[in-house]
Amino acid sequence: MTNNSRTRATGAVGGRVAERPAEEFKADTAVLRTMRKLRLPLKLRNRELALLIFACAINSVSILLVQLGATGAIDLDLVYLGAGLSALVLGLHVCLRYVAPQADPLLLPIATVLNGLGVAMIYRIDLAEGVSGWAAASTRQITWSAIAILAAIVIIIVVKNHRVLFRYTYLFGAFAFLLLLLPLVPGIGREVSGARVWIGIGNFVSFQPGEIAKIALAVFFAGYLVRTRDSLSMVGKKFLWMQFPRLRDLGPIIVVWALSMAIIVFQHDMGTALLFFGLFTVMLYVSTGRLSWILIGVGMFGVGAFFAAQTLTYVEGRFRNWLDAFSPTVYDATGGSYQLVQGIFGLAHGGLIGTGLGQGRPELTPLSQSDYIMASLGEELGLAGIFAILGLYLLFVSRGIRIGFRGQDDFGKLLAVGLAFTIALQVFIMVGGVTRVIPLTGLTTPFLAAGGSSLVANWIIVALLLRVSDSIRTGPAQEVSS
Amino acid sequence: MNRELKRVSVLVLAMFIALFGSTTIIQAVQADALRLDSRNTRALYDSYDTERGPILAGGTVIAQSVRTGDRFVFQRQYPEGELYAPVTGFFNPTQGSAGIEQYMNDYLSGTSNTQFLDSINRIVAGQAPKGAAVEVTIDPVVQKAAFDALGDRQGAVVAIEPSTGRILAMASTPTYDPNTLASHDSQSVISAYAALDDDPLTPLINRATSGNMNPPGSSFKVVVAAAALDSGKYTPESTFANPASLTLPNSSAVVYNWTRTTCGPGETVTLAEAIRQSCNIPFAELGMELGDDALREAAEKFGFNNGFELPTPTGTSVYPRGLDDAQTGLTAFGQYEVRATPLQMALVSAGIANKGTVMAPTLVDRVTGRNLEELKSFEPQVLNEAVSEDAAAGVTTMMVNGVEVGQSNGARIEGVDVAGKTGTAQNGEDEPYSLWFTGFAPANNPEVAVAVVVENDGNLGRHSSGNIVAAPIAKKVIEAVLNK
Repeated sequence: MTNNSRTRATGAVGGRVAERPAEEFKADTAVLRTMRKLRLPLKLRNRELALLIFACAINSVSILLVQLGATGAIDLDLVYLGAGLSALVLGLHVCLRYVAPQADPLLLPIATVLNGLGVAMIYRIDLAEGVSGWAAASTRQITWSAIAILAAIVIIIVVKNHRVLFRYTYLFGAFAFLLLLLPLVPGIGREVSGARVWIGIGNFVSFQPGEIAKIALAVFFAGYLVRTRDSLSMVGKKFLWMQFPRLRDLGPIIVVWALSMAIIVFQHDMGTALLFFGLFTVMLYVSTGRLSWILIGVGMFGVGAFFAAQTLTYVEGRFRNWLDAFSPTVYDATGGSYQLVQGIFGLAHGGLIGTGLGQGRPELTPLSQSDYIMASLGEELGLAGIFAILGLYLLFVSRGIRIGFRGQDDFGKLLAVGLAFTIALQVFIMVGGVTRVIPLTGLTTPFLAAGGSSLVANWIIVALLLRVSDSIRTGPAQEVSS
Repeated sequence: MNRELKRVSVLVLAMFIALFGSTTIIQAVQADALRLDSRNTRALYDSYDTERGPILAGGTVIAQSVRTGDRFVFQRQYPEGELYAPVTGFFNPTQGSAGIEQYMNDYLSGTSNTQFLDSINRIVAGQAPKGAAVEVTIDPVVQKAAFDALGDRQGAVVAIEPSTGRILAMASTPTYDPNTLASHDSQSVISAYAALDDDPLTPLINRATSGNMNPPGSSFKVVVAAAALDSGKYTPESTFANPASLTLPNSSAVVYNWTRTTCGPGETVTLAEAIRQSCNIPFAELGMELGDDALREAAEKFGFNNGFELPTPTGTSVYPRGLDDAQTGLTAFGQYEVRATPLQMALVSAGIANKGTVMAPTLVDRVTGRNLEELKSFEPQVLNEAVSEDAAAGVTTMMVNGVEVGQSNGARIEGVDVAGKTGTAQNGEDEPYSLWFTGFAPANNPEVAVAVVVENDGNLGRHSSGNIVAAPIAKKVIEAVLNK
């Protein structure tokens, strides 16, 4: 798994001319190519730096506007904390200049601005509720952001080549399943608002292992599918106009389906189940090119969700809250649609242009810092702000899928698409839940919502996408074979 | 693999388009409806921060917001609260609102659609939120005259400009002080409201436009006479049999004139004379000849069986359905189940005054924004062409005669032709009378149409009548308009 072109590029920078392979001198264009490679990384990283400075400026201004809007005064403490985060992000940028100079220049600025807007909105609600210090979710969110960005830096430095991950496919699979089981372990499992998806030690740290598990699963799915796609796609019976897989090849999808259903039944977490199952189905489709997988996947999840809705009261309640949110009985019921409707009132209150940061009343919505963070942002930034944020997400996801298009190795392609798709699916599940496109389930809105595990997981996704994107621009096609 | 990636891209795009769509529906399409949801407390909290626009009556401030130090930021004040309570209603940040305060709330609170651009300008310019000013049609001088003339009686006055439908006065007594209901001390507001609500004299009810409806009595004869002349089959000189009592067909009910004798000497009596002397028997005969359908049609053209939005909604005056001859005879002089508000009876006079055309009543002239730009103005609107110009002219002559030398002379004003009709309606055997006057002046060029109702005999017992109690009140209101 040598990486010739990279050696060449860094070799030129480092002046280690003697190490160059002899064939370099055969080609006339070698010097030109080397020169272009020298310029290219600078161009990408400079573009990233400019966007990053812009993103950090937006974040600082958001915090100042929140303070002016909500209290009418400026408190520099939080601005300093925000500046600390900016410094960390710039640190990540500097790392990229050395370890992944050709990485996608948009991912980092988008993640930065989303994270910053989330911090600003969480801080805004802390102000409304009059909490500060460690009681304030914003302080914790900033701390977690720092941890998450540091984690991203570590990943980008340690994982020098994403193809390393391919070697540990099954290890990642086992790790993911272990993480998912952790909340069910007595003693460390925690139940929060009905969903048993947390682990904690004492009263100190609580963490949602499912967030990390989604990354491990994406790696596992990518590796597994690259290894087995031939048997999954080549054989099977043709029915109607589609080719359906053999029964025994249905094994993996049944395992993942069973896992998802177990999460719904034992952990009361429909969102995570939907996320994992959606992720797996899409990756399966991308790797095999069989539309039938999508049909089987959607059908199986539909049947499972239908029976869950019939038998599990919490699922049934979610569906009722979704379909009949405004009826007085559902609104007033315990665990009814009160939260959802308050979130919608918040969005409506924002209207087209929003109330302005610090000037709305997002704190009236329960869970306004986590599940309903988009409703909070929509209230103060308006439809215009929501469109901008959704646009940023769409751009982020499209950069990920672009890596899928451009990538030279199937594992990298699949991994990038899978990771990007988790972000897209999570945004859809959360924003769609808040705006009544689908029943609301308890996931996190990537980068925005208060919650440490989610931030760490999403910044690791950023790091992995940066890593994969770097290899596209650096290396020639290198087929990974099992 | 790239073909699949394209399809996944399309899927992702479709997911995001769904989100763009759902947020647009909530934040743009349904936003206004969601704001109005009673469970949405945001609009309420917003109202605290907004300097609510004032309510003005001809340059007089009748409701305004004053800055306070408390959490509601502004306190609503009513400088002459009792006088204007039927118009303004009240506004309380937590306990609800009524009247113009309630029904023009969008403008007053600055949340109406026409104020959208203003709110953008405001955000850009960093100005404090401020509602629009609502200018009502009420003339403070006429309003004061009506209120003072009612005095401590239990009743109401409505004065209308016949050519436009603008309401110049809307007084209702006993009244209440909206300041007591606008207080930010919830407990005191709740107990004040409960006390007003329990008061047997129902001060919270605006008797001018709703409340416990009174039978209009003889004042309804204006409608019947107009219907008769409009039909073309009758003139003021048409004659009717003139007995001292009339037993209604298929009924034991006996109708008398208020004098308990015949309506003047002679075997027959003319329509004009029946109006002048306010005789019931000729009208019972006329009503039965016309039939209840014709009477109902005429009444509905004047606005009966129909509520109005001033924009404050009004009660519905009633001309009943499915009547037999006896009942029709009783309704012809405003008894049985006929019920009317003073607003409705003022509209009857206004329609006659405006040559048979009834203009839709309105209480709001104009809404102006913070920079005095006009956000909304109310143009006069025709409600109905109730009767022909000739019929209106005939009724006017008879009404003028009734005030000049007849049973409605309590409203006579020296040097001015006043057209009018009184009413003394029975509410039941031992119940007090409802005393009425409706009319307009000057008869040849009407500036104002008035209706007065006084309930509970006007505290005068069985010797009261519309002419003794209600007509002088109307006279003072008319004088207030004409002396301007």
